[in-house]
Amino acid sequence: MRTPLRPLTRILLARQRGENPDLIERENLDRRHEVLREKTQVRASARLGLLALAFGCAYVTIGVRMGHLAASVPVEPVASARGAEIVAQRADIVDREGRILATNMTTHALYAHPKDMVDPKGTAKKLAEIFPDLDAAALERRFTDGRSFVWVRKVLSPEQMQLVHEIGDPGLLFGPREMRLYPNGTLAAHVLGGYSFGAEGVHSAEVIGTAGVEKAMDARLRDPAEGGEPLELSLDLSVQATVEEVLAGGIAMMNAKGGTAILMDVHTGEVLAMASAPTFDPNDRPTPLVDKNAEPADSPLFNRGVQGVYELGSTFKIFAVAQAMELGLVNPNTMVDANAPMTWGKHKIKEFEGHNYGPLLSVSDVIAKSSNVGTAHIALMVGPLRQQAFLKSLGFFEPTPLELIEAPGAKPLIPKRWPEIVTITTSYGHGMSASPMHLAAAYTAIANGGIYIKPTLLKQTGPAKGVRVMSEKVAAESRKMLRRVVTDGTASYGEVEGYEVAGKTGTADKPKKSGGYYKNKVINTFASMFPASAPRYVLIVTLDEPINTLGSIPRRTAGWTAVPVAAEMIRRVAPLLGLRPKVELANQPTLTAAKN
Amino acid sequence: MRPVLYVLTFLAVIALGFWAYRENYATQASLREVRGLQNEIADLRESLSVQRAEWAYLNRPDRLRELATLNFDTLGLLPMEPGQFVAADQVAYPAPEIPAITAPVDVQGETSAAAAAPAASEEGL
Repeated sequence: MRTPLRPLTRILLARQRGENPDLIERENLDRRHEVLREKTQVRASARLGLLALAFGCAYVTIGVRMGHLAASVPVEPVASARGAEIVAQRADIVDREGRILATNMTTHALYAHPKDMVDPKGTAKKLAEIFPDLDAAALERRFTDGRSFVWVRKVLSPEQMQLVHEIGDPGLLFGPREMRLYPNGTLAAHVLGGYSFGAEGVHSAEVIGTAGVEKAMDARLRDPAEGGEPLELSLDLSVQATVEEVLAGGIAMMNAKGGTAILMDVHTGEVLAMASAPTFDPNDRPTPLVDKNAEPADSPLFNRGVQGVYELGSTFKIFAVAQAMELGLVNPNTMVDANAPMTWGKHKIKEFEGHNYGPLLSVSDVIAKSSNVGTAHIALMVGPLRQQAFLKSLGFFEPTPLELIEAPGAKPLIPKRWPEIVTITTSYGHGMSASPMHLAAAYTAIANGGIYIKPTLLKQTGPAKGVRVMSEKVAAESRKMLRRVVTDGTASYGEVEGYEVAGKTGTADKPKKSGGYYKNKVINTFASMFPASAPRYVLIVTLDEPINTLGSIPRRTAGWTAVPVAAEMIRRVAPLLGLRPKVELANQPTLTAAKN
Repeated sequence: MRPVLYVLTFLAVIALGFWAYRENYATQASLREVRGLQNEIADLRESLSVQRAEWAYLNRPDRLRELATLNFDTLGLLPMEPGQFVAADQVAYPAPEIPAITAPVDVQGETSAAAAAPAASEEGL
């Protein structure tokens, strides 16, 4: 009901009284405005309240969600397909054909909470019965001296776990463990190395490599980004097994203390087999020798192929000859002075058993007959500086780049100064020491046509790129000489029908710790390649202190010890590598030129 | 018009609520199933790795060598040797199959003449 601004009654009354009627209108207008203002104010404050409520709700929602996210345990999105991949803690190691060399197994560790134990004394006794290596008294002491946590065993077999279950003490608890398993036992033990536990917790323990490839490739094996992809080695399981079998047989037959064999692919640099004897079981790795005076080589853990740094003897001669040919100083038919003994300053260089192959000998015969004096004269033509550079290019001055933790530590022993007498002795493999692995890599360069490639234990996809160290022609000439060593030289037992073995023998006296050399302790090496016409593999066999007693007199030269072992190895291994023998047929049909 | 709209909206809200409820439970059931499957996959993977290890253990070269020696009578397995490689042209062709003689023919004559006859025909060629 709208009130008029100028109600007639009031206006008339005011006029009668002589007042201004406009005042009344004014009053009414003010009143009306007042009402309107109040209405607007209420509406505005209601709207503001609504807005504040909306904002408040939004803030509360965000706040609650943030609080929830901060306080709750993060959960992986379950619905995604990625979650289905349960990745093992440590990747497997397989051979080149994918056969398992090292894998993981889940077992349990045993620990105790002595405070929860019902009968610590009885439990300790029963545990000692299950595990004969535990001492009941010591265990009881550890259970009762007030500590609240005791590790009992790092890994248990399922049978042992069942027996511990049957003790039934509430203080004995199991924690899951992933352990490393080497299903092939001693096979390739020196390559694989071993494992141990790193940081240990109740629910899991770190598995870390302690030696060999396991330690050298530890980061790769534990890298979650690799997604548990197995590490493929270049080794071939069956070849490795055969090489180990023949090596063990050879060591027994030749009465040797130990030995090593390395088989390498000359085009890729892959090591197909690497054996060292005596060996060990990586599942139960023996402890290293504690005695400081003990020879490291006496431990089965010693990898002779990589760590056995010895003077390699006459196997070095081919390097001096190859370099002289590369420099154009000699060719295979050049006659060199080989008049023994040779006198150089106060040194006398003699031949084996005081022979004299001189006065002159062709370069080819120097290698075939293994003449120290002939090689010495060739080395003197080359000179110390060039000799050092050449040996350096063949990798003899650096540790081998093999993927083993032992490899970088086994540095070759290089004389500090290099006078001419060192040039002479080095030319026939004395004075500087290197490992059989060095020798394998250097012979690979001769075998593949003059390219030095780095040896590797990882499977390669194609031929390796290397550095050319000698021309193809020189490499071929050198191979011909090495072939002559087998056909009519010191390695006649090395002939394997159909496989054209070429190689060089080396017999080096063992150095005494106190200085000087042993009279009747030798290291015998046979460095070989096959087939000689187009070599595919290099095989190095080294025997430590062998004596061949099969003949009428004991013999210690490589031709009688390492060579027959290597020949047997080639005979057994080559078929496994798919290498077919070249058979010369007795009466092959021959074609004669004819005209009709 | 308006009341109809209100009623329809209300019904729509109820229907959506019902749908959301069902979806929620279906999702939870699926998640539970996925979790179960993942546990099963993990178990299977573990047993697979154990069986792979077992396979590798049973096929270790030492054991196979021993078994081959033990069972030499039945298997006759020997290490591979170079002598076992033969060129393809050295392998004898299988003997041609001679059809069974169903209708025997009696032949009479002198042996020397019989031997001479094919030789003569060869010369003719």
